[in-house]
Amino acid sequence: MYLTLAWRNIWRNKRRSLITVFSITFAVLLACFMRSMQLGAYARMIDNSVRFYTGYIQIHKSGYWTDKVIDNSFNYDLTLQNKVKAIEGVILDVPRLESFTLTSFRNQIKGAFVMGVDPQRENELTNVKDKIVEGGYLNQDDDGIALAEGLAEYLKIKVGDTLTLLSQGYHGANAAGLFPVRCIIKFSLPQQNNSVIYMALPSAQWFYAAPDLITSVSLLIDTPDNTDRIVAELKSHVNLDELEVMGWHDLVPDLLQSIELDNISGKVMLWILYLVIGFGMFGTYLMMTAERQYEFGVMLAIGMRRMRLQALIVLEISIMTILGVAQGIALSLPLLTYFHYHPIVYGKEAAKAIESFGVEAIYPFSLDLVIFTNQAYAIFIMAIILSAYPVWSIYRMKVVESMRA
Amino acid sequence: MATLIKATQVSKIYHKTVVPVHALNKVDLSIEEGEFTAIVGPSGCGKTTLLNILGGLDHPTSGKVEITGIDITNMKDSDLIDFRLQNIGFVFQAYNLIPVLTAVENVEFIMLLQRKDKKERIARAYELLEKMSMLDKADNRPGELSGGQQQRVAVARALASKPRFILADEPTANLDSASTANLLDLMAQINKEQKATFVFSTHDQRVMDKAKRLVTLLDGSIVSDITR
Ligand SMILES: Nc1ncnc2c1ncn2[C@@H]1O[C@H](COP(=O)(O)OP(=O)(O)O)[C@@H](O)[C@H]1O
Ligand SMILES: [Mg+2]
Repeated sequence: MYLTLAWRNIWRNKRRSLITVFSITFAVLLACFMRSMQLGAYARMIDNSVRFYTGYIQIHKSGYWTDKVIDNSFNYDLTLQNKVKAIEGVILDVPRLESFTLTSFRNQIKGAFVMGVDPQRENELTNVKDKIVEGGYLNQDDDGIALAEGLAEYLKIKVGDTLTLLSQGYHGANAAGLFPVRCIIKFSLPQQNNSVIYMALPSAQWFYAAPDLITSVSLLIDTPDNTDRIVAELKSHVNLDELEVMGWHDLVPDLLQSIELDNISGKVMLWILYLVIGFGMFGTYLMMTAERQYEFGVMLAIGMRRMRLQALIVLEISIMTILGVAQGIALSLPLLTYFHYHPIVYGKEAAKAIESFGVEAIYPFSLDLVIFTNQAYAIFIMAIILSAYPVWSIYRMKVVESMRA
Repeated sequence: MATLIKATQVSKIYHKTVVPVHALNKVDLSIEEGEFTAIVGPSGCGKTTLLNILGGLDHPTSGKVEITGIDITNMKDSDLIDFRLQNIGFVFQAYNLIPVLTAVENVEFIMLLQRKDKKERIARAYELLEKMSMLDKADNRPGELSGGQQQRVAVARALASKPRFILADEPTANLDSASTANLLDLMAQINKEQKATFVFSTHDQRVMDKAKRLVTLLDGSIVSDITR
């Protein structure tokens, strides 16, 4: 009967209750939309640079991260390989030999970034095969190269042509070679797309006169949450004077910082939204209490305990809140699911501007459960805090005075 | 017969205005079981104040009120609410009922507060509505009832909790003469059949005529007390 009473009380003032419910719905919808877009973009950014590039953990020679030169390379020997693979959670180790080079084709010259890789393992980490737009992928001991699309375009080079590379090898050795182009790869990040050359590891080691040496091992692990544990274990297994072990937080610190900053501004926006909605909710609670003074007086007079009357009002407020939140989530779920699978793609102009910042020009939406639960929590906590007013006012109410009005 | 209500030297002074208002001056009054008593007097003489204090809705400035021997004057608010629920039935001048509940639900509600089980609540609610000739309007909300019908439901609700007595503050003030007579006759009948004690206030001569005892207030003091 209390439930019936609460339910009917809500619909005494249909218009006001509907406005309250819909304003909550609107807030939840808007908040979910905003957060989904933000979290989706963050996840995408982290994925782009971590999952598809640095890996979650990297091992280098000590000092390589601050001074990325080929002389800071190391021998990834079998003992080390076995130690790494023995750690629980490590799925794949991906060795790379990375350095700079000059490229030349006919009368075009451009600086580029060579990645000597184990073609098969590289593909397992970064799915690079899926990004091939022309030609076929490298063999394990290929003497050709895979070129990033932007770079190939600049050099006006095609699959089957031969590219000249000129650089400095290990300990100052001369590095020069001719490499046939096996395939063209399209990267989503513009920096990569304009500079990367993939080479099978043996070719790269030959080119840089660095036999058996690599500059980094990237690790694919079972879940990002295990990063810290695996880093700690690795550190206990290797000689830290010779090698450095870094988790993805350290590998992409700038990215994380800009994400954190953006996240704060997003949260501020949310609080402003909640503040506005909160005022509306409070207004409703205020009127709900004020216009029923006489009725509350009668209820207390005939013997309804204050606690029960307070519970009744909180129940009314809760029902309205649940209706609003449930409706908000029910509306945002299909909407966000749609955008999750059909991300917004920017128009050509905007896309260029965005890509120039090194970010992919699509807006993927996140479906992280936290987005929905957080909005629900926020609204409920607000409703509970605001319902303190009617609860307090019933606590203070004097029967005789409320019935004199 | 046992004394139900005993007010001793009850005074009430309101300090709301510059000049304090002496709404009640050292009122002594006792009500016995089974009475059908009217508190009468002109508007502003202190009827409502007296009934509120007798019913534990308000505290006297001085003096004390005992109900069935229990001093309620200094009772804690929450205890007083429970005491009212179990011992006193209330009928007010108007707007007694919860507007979103039907007549029968309104009568049921007070028994719900008493934690009576559903079966008992429903049975008693319909029985009382029948007694008040309101059975055909059981499923109507107060807004769909006339003033007289609303007051009959209010009396049914007051009886539903099986109180020791019923306080009714000008229950007929908003009613036409036919409804007034009808309500008073029903109350008198219940008083007679069930020995239910009624104390009601009025300034309506026709209502006074139905009372068995007339307590007259003037400027906060009892000036006459006649039992017929
Ligand atoms: N809450 C209050 N504050 C100030 N004065 C009051 C209050 N309640 C009643 N009074 C005054 O007390 C006197 C008695 O009022 P009341 O008991 O309502 O009389 P009645 O019910 O006989 O008309 C009146 O003069 C009235 O103005
Ligand atoms: Mg009065």
